[in-house]
Amino acid sequence: MTVTEVEQGKLRSPFYPRQAELDRLNCWHDWKGYSSADGFYDTTIEYFSVRNSSGVFDLTPMTKYRISGPDSLDFIDRLVPRDMRKIRPGRVAYAVWCDDEGQVIDDGTIFHLREGEYRLCSQERHLAWLTSAAIGMDVTIIDETQDVCALAVQGPTSFSVLDAMGLDGIENLRPFGLAIFDFQGMELLVSRTGFTGDLGYELWTTPDKAIELWDALFAAGKLFGIRAMGTSALEQARIEAGFIQAYVDFLPADATVRTGRSRSPFELGLEWLVDFNKPNFNGRRALAREKRRGSTWRLVKLDIEGNKEAHHSYIYAKKNGGKDIGFVTSAVWSPVCKHNIALGTVRMPHGKVGDKLYVEIYYQREMHWSRVMAGATVVGKPFWDPPRKRATPPNPY
Amino acid sequence: MSERYDAIVIGAGHNGLVCAALLGKAGRKVLVLEANERVGGASVTREFSEGYSVPACAHFLYQLQPRVKRDLGLKLQMAADKIGTVALSTDSNHIRINGNSASGVSDEDAASYRAFRKRMTRFADLVNTYLNKTPPRLTKDACKSDMLTLLQLGFDIRRLGRSEMQEFLRLIGMNIRDEVVERFESGLLRGAISLDAVLGTHLGPRSPNTILTYLYRLAGAHGAISQPAGGMGAVTEALAHAARDSGVVIRTAMPVKKIVVQDGRVAGVEAVSGDTFKSALVVSNADPKSTIMGLVGVKHVETGFTRRIQHIRMQGNAAKLHLALDGLPAINGVEKREFADRFVVAPDENYVERAFNHAKYGETSARPVFEISFPSFRDPGLAPTGKQVMSAIIQYVPFELRKGWSGDTHGAFERQAIDTLAEYMPDLPQRIITSELLTPADIEAQFRITGGHWHQGELTLDQFLFTRPVGGAQQYAMPLDGLYLCGAGAHPGGGVSGAAGRNAARAILKQEKQV
Repeated sequence: MTVTEVEQGKLRSPFYPRQAELDRLNCWHDWKGYSSADGFYDTTIEYFSVRNSSGVFDLTPMTKYRISGPDSLDFIDRLVPRDMRKIRPGRVAYAVWCDDEGQVIDDGTIFHLREGEYRLCSQERHLAWLTSAAIGMDVTIIDETQDVCALAVQGPTSFSVLDAMGLDGIENLRPFGLAIFDFQGMELLVSRTGFTGDLGYELWTTPDKAIELWDALFAAGKLFGIRAMGTSALEQARIEAGFIQAYVDFLPADATVRTGRSRSPFELGLEWLVDFNKPNFNGRRALAREKRRGSTWRLVKLDIEGNKEAHHSYIYAKKNGGKDIGFVTSAVWSPVCKHNIALGTVRMPHGKVGDKLYVEIYYQREMHWSRVMAGATVVGKPFWDPPRKRATPPNPY
Repeated sequence: MSERYDAIVIGAGHNGLVCAALLGKAGRKVLVLEANERVGGASVTREFSEGYSVPACAHFLYQLQPRVKRDLGLKLQMAADKIGTVALSTDSNHIRINGNSASGVSDEDAASYRAFRKRMTRFADLVNTYLNKTPPRLTKDACKSDMLTLLQLGFDIRRLGRSEMQEFLRLIGMNIRDEVVERFESGLLRGAISLDAVLGTHLGPRSPNTILTYLYRLAGAHGAISQPAGGMGAVTEALAHAARDSGVVIRTAMPVKKIVVQDGRVAGVEAVSGDTFKSALVVSNADPKSTIMGLVGVKHVETGFTRRIQHIRMQGNAAKLHLALDGLPAINGVEKREFADRFVVAPDENYVERAFNHAKYGETSARPVFEISFPSFRDPGLAPTGKQVMSAIIQYVPFELRKGWSGDTHGAFERQAIDTLAEYMPDLPQRIITSELLTPADIEAQFRITGGHWHQGELTLDQFLFTRPVGGAQQYAMPLDGLYLCGAGAHPGGGVSGAAGRNAARAILKQEKQV
């Protein structure tokens, strides 16, 4: 293994030259060593491109591991609580992975590229954990983060953009499917995945083809309202979709020191990712016990009265406060739903769907702080879940 | 065809036999599978040359737990009891240590030694109580009995009295060198104590934690050494008898290929021969690494657990030298009757530390440390009439030799060892008829202990009590339903004590009662 020193936040995505041309805000942050844009023109415009046309997000900094070898299926299947035997080549699975105590280390997507060969994508880096998980198994794990770059094309016109770009058969790609397309003589991997809860695709290629891909995509998308977008717009979209994020809605178990600060899949509303029919997976014993005894926390989606964003608010069971029962982890005003929404974590048994809770919102007007105790209803479904997300073939624009 | 049992014990080492016998006594139908031709594991008597037999691995009995003897009604015949120690000196001013008394040293040293031993045996008694208990859990799963054990431990330490408690807590993590240098002026005495503290470990006298290993050696019998008639094999033979008397079936020459796991729990055992044996309870006397990584397979256990098992430090550093002799060697200043005793070559604590230095870098000691026994002196059956055998533990001999173990390096070290011995026993080389050297690599191969480590895992505070074999699996039950560990790799560790086997059997029976 070779170790390369990385200057924090100074790695450039291969798409950077094009992004730099578009950039009017000069707002960048560090994402696992890469410069990643908060936005390019205006967060609201970028956000609406996802909901009304197409937004292009550079997800090159996503951590990507290539997992192969005779034991790759056994390895993946033990790693995650989900039954990976059901995920055939050409399919993508959203999954979480847990430590032995059943606490979530991270979530991500696992691409079954071809028989016995997988790509695991996550926000955080996990080589230490994966290496431990590979002890005694015949698998090869390669960190291909820098060898693979990717663009997410998300929004109602995204299908038409890719169709116009000449990806033959893209209409047959189902949600969580992946396929390799011949594109200008190169192999282009396209998956129907995303982090926006809308119709959308992710395009995976090698850095040497990055500019070519960007140019073709933006040329094809010109009449479909294509726009580059940054993480601020994505943040709004993912909360609307009810997607959770590491270090925001949960803390990776290996990053916690105090007990009770990590979360199990049950406590993140991800029970559907846990398959007890599997005889063994990391965290199985602990999760089976938790299932018997009950969980401590519950993730809630909140529909909050008013229009003050409930960032970091305490959550109460009663309007007059008293002992708090949890707190908000992500909050946003949803322009497309016209609702004040949030994700939060509350103590069981609070937070059943339909429960009326209260959030204590502090907000600032011209430097002065005000406080409001706003009613909040626990909702079951994602705030934003349009049928076009699932339609196959998708409707053209 | 596959037979069904209530429990299958893998390995007929002394702990495996103790565990099997106790489960058998409790009315369980038990099968013991042993890979070698004979039972005994590392506690065996073996012929290494025609007519010459030695205890092939462990060669003294000093830790067999009285509770094990009591529970199994074990009656052992001893060839020699309360064996003394002669710490050899090249100038023949040897010192002799017996129990709490040391002779050949100054009066001050003799008095200090008495006081030192008195305190150490008291501490060892405290440690011993906990060697015979299932270690408490400190995790979320801790139950009332865990808390009680923990409270009892705190209380027992406090009950030593204020100053002795402070002394205990001061010493428990410390190294033996600091303690002996402070107390004794005799190098031989300091060396002999240091040797007792480091024997069988990858630790030098200056390594932290060597007071604990010294206490460990004193636990059980206060360090009183004995030699069973017929060698160490007699102990395990007696255990095997006790097991068979309780209805246990023992099958030798039946190496296990794997532990069969079905639907996430243990279902039985598959032998190399292809035979399968069914049981919902499998107890492994093998070390934790070969049990989990080899027999079970990591696929059936979790990642954090696998990582902890993988990281158990268990590289052996002690070799065995067996010599067939045409008579007793002459040792200046030692009378013939003293050949019943134990001889040690450890002139002072720095000699021992220097011997260890080599091992840190994958080399054998230039001038090694020895613990020597002439078993045939009191037990003539071990050698032909008029002949003798010598059995010696040699430190330090690394498991992973940097140059690699080959015929050459093996032979070179054997010569080096005999040359060192010849400084004390000048006519030894001429008396040798045949010899056998078992390096830790040989011990691994012949006794199936990963790393050739006696204790199936270094005996240090971080691999002790709550964290032996690893945290979260300290109560003999492994995180795979139906799988237990009963060998030295589990609490409380190695030495022919039987404590691990007894504790495991008790934990299994207690667990069954709860279900």
